[in-house]
Amino acid sequence: MKSQIIELYVNGDLRTVTVRSADTLLYAIRGKLGLTGAKPGCLNGDCGACTVNVDDWPMKSCLMLAVEAIGKNITTIEGLKKTPIQQAFVDNFAFQCGYCTPGFIMNCHSLIHQHPDADDKTIKEWLGSNICRCTGYAEIEKAVKTVLENQ
Amino acid sequence: MDVIGRSILRKESQDKVTGRARYTHDHHSNTMLSGKVVISPYGHAKIVKIDTIEARNMPGVKAILAGEEFPLTGEDIRDRPPLAVDKVRYHGEAIALVIADTPGQAKKAADRIKVQYELLPVVHSPTQAFQKDAPMVHERLGEYIKEKHTTPVPGTNIATHIKIRKGNMEKGWTESVTTVEADFSFPPSDHVAMETRCSIAEILPDGTIKIMTSSQAPFMVKQLIAKYFNEDIGKIIVETPFVGGAFGGKASVQLEILAYLGSKAVGGLPVKILNSREEDILMSPCHIGLDAKIKFGADHLGIIKVAEIRYLWDSGAYSDKAIDLTRAGAVDCTGPYNIENLWCDSYCMYTNHPYPAPFRGFSHSELSFAIERTMDLLAQKLQIDPLELRYRNAIMKGHTTPTRVLLNQSNVGDLQKCIVRLKELISWDEGQVKEMNNRLVRVKGISCSWKTSTIDPNAPSGVILTFNRDGSINLMSGVIEIGTGTKTVLAQILAERLKMNVDNIHVKMEVDTQTTPEHWKTVASRGIYMAGRALLEAAEDVINQLREIASIVLRAPKEDLEIADSRVFLRDNPLMGLHFQDICYGYQYPNGNSIGGQIIGTGNFIMRHLTHLDPETGAGKPGPEWTVAAYGVEIEFDRRDFTYQLVKAATVVDIGTVLNKKAALGQVMGAMSMGLAFAGRETFYFDQLGRVLNPQLRTYRPLHYGENPEYLVDFVHTPDLEAPYGARGVGEHGLLGMPGALGNALSVAAGVSLHHLPLIPELIWKTKEAKS
Repeated sequence: MKSQIIELYVNGDLRTVTVRSADTLLYAIRGKLGLTGAKPGCLNGDCGACTVNVDDWPMKSCLMLAVEAIGKNITTIEGLKKTPIQQAFVDNFAFQCGYCTPGFIMNCHSLIHQHPDADDKTIKEWLGSNICRCTGYAEIEKAVKTVLENQ
Repeated sequence: MDVIGRSILRKESQDKVTGRARYTHDHHSNTMLSGKVVISPYGHAKIVKIDTIEARNMPGVKAILAGEEFPLTGEDIRDRPPLAVDKVRYHGEAIALVIADTPGQAKKAADRIKVQYELLPVVHSPTQAFQKDAPMVHERLGEYIKEKHTTPVPGTNIATHIKIRKGNMEKGWTESVTTVEADFSFPPSDHVAMETRCSIAEILPDGTIKIMTSSQAPFMVKQLIAKYFNEDIGKIIVETPFVGGAFGGKASVQLEILAYLGSKAVGGLPVKILNSREEDILMSPCHIGLDAKIKFGADHLGIIKVAEIRYLWDSGAYSDKAIDLTRAGAVDCTGPYNIENLWCDSYCMYTNHPYPAPFRGFSHSELSFAIERTMDLLAQKLQIDPLELRYRNAIMKGHTTPTRVLLNQSNVGDLQKCIVRLKELISWDEGQVKEMNNRLVRVKGISCSWKTSTIDPNAPSGVILTFNRDGSINLMSGVIEIGTGTKTVLAQILAERLKMNVDNIHVKMEVDTQTTPEHWKTVASRGIYMAGRALLEAAEDVINQLREIASIVLRAPKEDLEIADSRVFLRDNPLMGLHFQDICYGYQYPNGNSIGGQIIGTGNFIMRHLTHLDPETGAGKPGPEWTVAAYGVEIEFDRRDFTYQLVKAATVVDIGTVLNKKAALGQVMGAMSMGLAFAGRETFYFDQLGRVLNPQLRTYRPLHYGENPEYLVDFVHTPDLEAPYGARGVGEHGLLGMPGALGNALSVAAGVSLHHLPLIPELIWKTKEAKS
């Protein structure tokens, strides 16, 4: 399969990447840009560990081709700097092994932005797309609600 | 106590919320080659032919391993070829390994390998495996190299048999007025750590073997590769960065072997193998299944007089850790109840299922399901409150365990206290059943558990402490940060002992077996117990050295010196003293003369008085102490369609001492969540060819956000006098009682006795249909 050179707008920078047409966005940001915060968990859209934000919405980067992301605004966990949701995850022990954490935080970050007054049903609808195998979700619930309440 | 008990934030917090925490797969270089494993599509089949010609000519391919006989592997019985040769014994078994420049090329070439199979009859369950005419999984069982205490029975599918014989069975049955007997079973399932397993291996020109792996047991990787392949153990260096969840699944050594063989095949170049989710579920070791038969006899007060137990553990295709799991299930076979007359046979059975790794709880959640359901059946028969029945039979000091360890005030927690607290926590007195309307009913189920850690009697743990010039301390332990927060808690223990600020203790998160002292394996809720003891010894070493040099400078006897706030000072005149920074790299007199040097503290620990089990009676000391717990689950059950919601789940565990409140709560809640998922939904669905039909997170579905119950967690504090600050293990215990409690709640709700997992609506419906 032929490779092509594309430009991706990631965390505020325009980056040049060589990709195959079949390469996923996850593969490109991890393998080509070294942004390893987004994690492979299933490569099937089932676990959410690879979640990034594309134009401020959560996107499972294993389900998007790198070439589809041309011209879009991509934010990865590395692009978040001292946001309230990151600190809320720390304070509430909302992670253990940390592997699902970047995906969860990116999902929460977008949720807080898109639905600043999210109710329980909306939170469940959004966060139900990610899996955390270590916590029992109580700490994650507390973290996201703390940020929503403090806004 | 200043630091102990406080919810000190995890030391690696900032790394984990910024994407900077690196896991094995995050380590990559341009020279790294990719390995792709070809796996068996059948449960049991003869390999007729493996054709690799087309694959070898694919672009980027560097090597293909297939059909070659490597030394057999396996922890207690060497029964497992790294790559299958004559036949495959489970769906997912590795049969070939392709090494290529990129993951894509390796995958493409792997798809071109053609394997011709001839199907063999499949062993579908441990019960079937136990039948006399069952197909053989290992025809040459008698020829394998094995450990001394393992007892395979050649000519059968029995990989080992552990016997527990205690008391007088005849007396027990005579004293009983009631008996209950029941069978229970469930197939294997999976750990589903979010990080799939990944291993990287390279062999340097001088023969040094470097392995990086997502493992709970890097020291075991080193030991086993040396043993299996006759390598020089000092030349093997295993590195483990952060591990993305493990739950026992990463205590087995498998992928590391393939990466090592792969690197060897390409002249030592670095080779990375990353499991896809499907491979992680199918090929790599799973969570054990069980077929159990329980018979209890009790007097009219419900005091259990006798028990006859048979466990058939589903060892799958290979015995590996299943031998130990079978032993662990035997030593605590009764659950946390005092039963003086006991006969237990615990068999490790070969089947054509994926083979098991340890799973959080190490056989205890599994056996607890069988025991706790039987306890409820007994309570029902005797018309005794199920919580009261457990209270009356609770094991405690003065009793002996199935392997005849005498319990005392330290080596067992207080189960009765846990039960009393649970009763309040779940408002048991309000009643077990609450009618909501003609469809919905809310029901509570309860259970209890106990667990010791059946680790190797000579398992070691070591700690090294070094000072920085500012008086801060580096803490190095071989415990892996798999998510449990153990390394942060170790820093708390050191801060407490030295009465210093925990921020001035720096913890090394990564482990490499060359420079980190060994911690046997990060398993069995034994991290704090073992590494904590080693740490306290290292702290004593440091204290002694600090006092020694300070006594020279201060011209005072060592005995007169105290340590606190990073200072060594005179007990009766705290103003006269020295900061650590003035002495931890030696002391320099004004004229330049210097004494001492960098202070380096060391400590180690090995369990005391553990023994092997007597082969005929099981007598022996398998572990150091027993943590006990009581559980409750409240469900809302829909009588019309047999669906249910998890409303509340409660755990009261005798933790001894809470070391870090939020971390401890997180361990317990996380374990409860996992236990409820195991009990309520997780399983492998097999077809007639032994194929796992659901090897994906869409069809094998763990608990998602919002599907969890409200958690109620509390602790009882009976200190373990041998453990650091009295703390008992707590990483696994939240899980152990969940299957039993859920099963008990649903059995009452549905009005039918449930004996299988997972407890899905279809199972409840089928059981009801079968009854009516």
